[in-house]
Amino acid sequence: MADLTTDFVGIKSPNPFWLASAPPTDKEYNVRRAFEAGWGGVVWKTLGAEGPPVVNVNGPRYGAIWGADRRLLGLNNIELITDRPLEVNLEEMARVKADWPDRALVASIMVPCEEDAWKNILARVDETGADGIELNFGCPHGMAERGMGSAVGQVPEYIEMVTRWCKKYYDKPVIVKLTPNITDIRAPAQAAKNGGADAVSLINTINSITSVNLDTMSPEPSIDGKGSHGGYCGPAVKPIAMNMVAEIARDPATHGLPISGIGGITTWRDAAEFLSLGAGNVQVCTAAMTYGFRIVSEMKAGLSAWMDEKGYTSVDQVVGRAVPNVTDWQYLNLNYVTKARISQDDCIKCGRCFAACEDTSHQAIAMSADRTFTVIDEECVACNLCVDVCPVENCITMEELPKGAIDPRTGKKVGEYANWTTHPNNPGAVAAE
Amino acid sequence: MPDTMTPGIASGRLSADEIAENFADLHAPLDMHEARVAADRCYFCYDAPCVAACPTEIDIPLFIRQIAVGQPEAAGRTILEQNILGGMCARVCPTEDLCEGACVREAAEGKPVEIGRLQRHATDRVMARQGHPFARAASTGKRVAVVGAGPAGLACAHRLAMRGHDVVLYDAKDKPGGLNEFGIAAYKSTDDFAAREVDWLCQIGGIELKPGHALGREITLDGLTAAFDAVFLGVGLGGVNDLDAPGAERDGVMDAVGFIAALRQADDLTRLPVGRNVVVIGGGMTAVDAAVQSKLLGAENVTIAYRRGRDRMGASRYEQDLATSKGVRIICNAQPVAIHGNGAATEIELEYTTDDGAGLKGTGETLRLPADQVFKAIGQVLTHDGLALDGRKIAVTGAGRTSRDGVWAGGDCTPGEDLTVVAVAEGRDAAEDIHVTLMGVAVRATGAVIGEAARA
Repeated sequence: MADLTTDFVGIKSPNPFWLASAPPTDKEYNVRRAFEAGWGGVVWKTLGAEGPPVVNVNGPRYGAIWGADRRLLGLNNIELITDRPLEVNLEEMARVKADWPDRALVASIMVPCEEDAWKNILARVDETGADGIELNFGCPHGMAERGMGSAVGQVPEYIEMVTRWCKKYYDKPVIVKLTPNITDIRAPAQAAKNGGADAVSLINTINSITSVNLDTMSPEPSIDGKGSHGGYCGPAVKPIAMNMVAEIARDPATHGLPISGIGGITTWRDAAEFLSLGAGNVQVCTAAMTYGFRIVSEMKAGLSAWMDEKGYTSVDQVVGRAVPNVTDWQYLNLNYVTKARISQDDCIKCGRCFAACEDTSHQAIAMSADRTFTVIDEECVACNLCVDVCPVENCITMEELPKGAIDPRTGKKVGEYANWTTHPNNPGAVAAE
Repeated sequence: MPDTMTPGIASGRLSADEIAENFADLHAPLDMHEARVAADRCYFCYDAPCVAACPTEIDIPLFIRQIAVGQPEAAGRTILEQNILGGMCARVCPTEDLCEGACVREAAEGKPVEIGRLQRHATDRVMARQGHPFARAASTGKRVAVVGAGPAGLACAHRLAMRGHDVVLYDAKDKPGGLNEFGIAAYKSTDDFAAREVDWLCQIGGIELKPGHALGREITLDGLTAAFDAVFLGVGLGGVNDLDAPGAERDGVMDAVGFIAALRQADDLTRLPVGRNVVVIGGGMTAVDAAVQSKLLGAENVTIAYRRGRDRMGASRYEQDLATSKGVRIICNAQPVAIHGNGAATEIELEYTTDDGAGLKGTGETLRLPADQVFKAIGQVLTHDGLALDGRKIAVTGAGRTSRDGVWAGGDCTPGEDLTVVAVAEGRDAAEDIHVTLMGVAVRATGAVIGEAARA
């Protein structure tokens, strides 16, 4: 059995699956249930400053989009940080941590951008025995209007400043949670690093409107006929999150900075992909909110079984393994030539590949009277659309043309590795060595 | 009180509750969520095989997509534009041989998209609305006689009315609907659906219904051609084949068609008599409908005896399985040679058969089954004459043109498969041809214009 224990910036947990700071981690009752179900750690729902807590709306907080059979694909929310008194949260955190010393317990914090505000709360959090803190610079709704959350995360200078305060007043690990609602994720990550952050976590939720009620003309979730953008999460955001994780992992300025990966992780495979792109652990929310805490059993068993199959004995052997293969477009091998191949044994003759190719691509699939679909190599640019629209997995595959073969489309021989930087059509090309 | 063991032919073998349960809707309608889940399975195939397999060429991927996106009434309209009896077809089509048999998910998983049930979901929604979804074109002043208010005649009449012609729709029976009304198992057309569908269809206007008018009795082809601009014959097959075996005249030997019609028209099925031991001769849908309904009425033993092999049965595999699931025994390769009894039938004698390619032969080995009721379901025949025939049916060319100018025909009285959906297609296409002939205008395509046709 592969060893799933992780040591993330010095915070140990029996597995890499943490619950993200969110509704599931808002109170002792839920967190105890999560630990009983086997979660490796939790990031407690974001604490605010002492005093009257924030309030939430009293109508619907969540909106959603669904796939077939109403399977939840994306969720958005307009819930704010914890609406319970700071004191209550701190007491509960201390009790839970005392009872579950082997699990990670991290406090998420969001207070105004004033040094004293941070200084005050950090001392209080430290008393709970929490293993570290996560700075919520990500929430895109409500708190941002008050100069917190993503309003901080969108200004690298603020990130660096607040991170620096936290490192000054707090001894344990400081994780900076980043908002994806920016143009380039590398700048805030660099700022966090410059401020002394031990790690970054990402992504927080994405600004979104999930749907519009066409009877009332109100965005959903609708509060008395009005809607506000919410934070989008769930399986739908995973590709965006993975790219951002990889961007930070491969940026020379932040390479090696520990990352806690977040964004639509629902299965062991999702987790393994995040780990491979440089995440040291993962945080989960929507999957738990959709199916309950029990899903962690599948995640742990699946990751462990896959690691055994591949011969990985510990999680850190997986972390970052795919990062060297994430590159810029300009370095992709233009002499890697593939052609679509349709398995006639597997084909069910739906014709979706034909419709996609004929209507929207390169007219590279032929259809016979008896509905046999074949690839026209002379036209196929290997775009992969047929593979993606085919309802039968592995029915259409991409076959690489060997070096030296003639590509029937171009009439040219498949050559050695060559990329755009040396391509004759590139005005900025450098002469090949 | 009679029960399933009561000898002879008796009514009231089952309680009213048991009868009600037995004759309930064979497939309960899909609710909104079930329909969306079922619709989500459709792959929206290119030039879809299901459309090619539908005699009326309903744009099935389109209507299923319309259900999936929450527009079941639009889906219903897509269906009804091609097939005005889409509601009945959703209930009675042998979908396993047509659209669902061609579904790529049948090939992929052995589980097709439930096209029939989705079609019913959509058409039910349209028909539940007040009013009729189609409007008539401006009046052409032309009058067309349609003879036979079954699926072919109804489809023809509706399309003609929609094109602005005035239609007089005759039917020999006192009630319209043809086989939809008289010839389909009750559990496929519950809640008087056939009659409701005719009423709904006629809401388009311009169709004057004249029941109790049989060709050759109250009306003649000569009289109609003289009085109308065109005539469409959708008269079906009015006669039944006789059983050629000693004892065929005994009491208890009857036509399956008549039994099914009586069953459909009965107000109280507990009062409809049925034998304790029922044998149905034949292998088509009529045989299955008679056998299954005999069983559902409380017959103790019901057997279908078919002279050829199982694969030659006219009833679809699904229908055969339905029969056996209800407790009907199917004996193949056995032909009736005598019906025994003392006055009334008590026993049937069957001889096993073999087919070596040169024709069916008796093997000499016989089998006797108790039989107090024997249903003949060995085919129906055309009763009309006066037009050129193709085999035993009215010969047609093109869209139902008969040997006589101004006379079209379609449905079971013309060659082709005897299916409701085929009759609808033929009636519709004949109507368009009549329209073109009368008006001298080009017809718009009646088939679903998709796939290669759209690219041409």
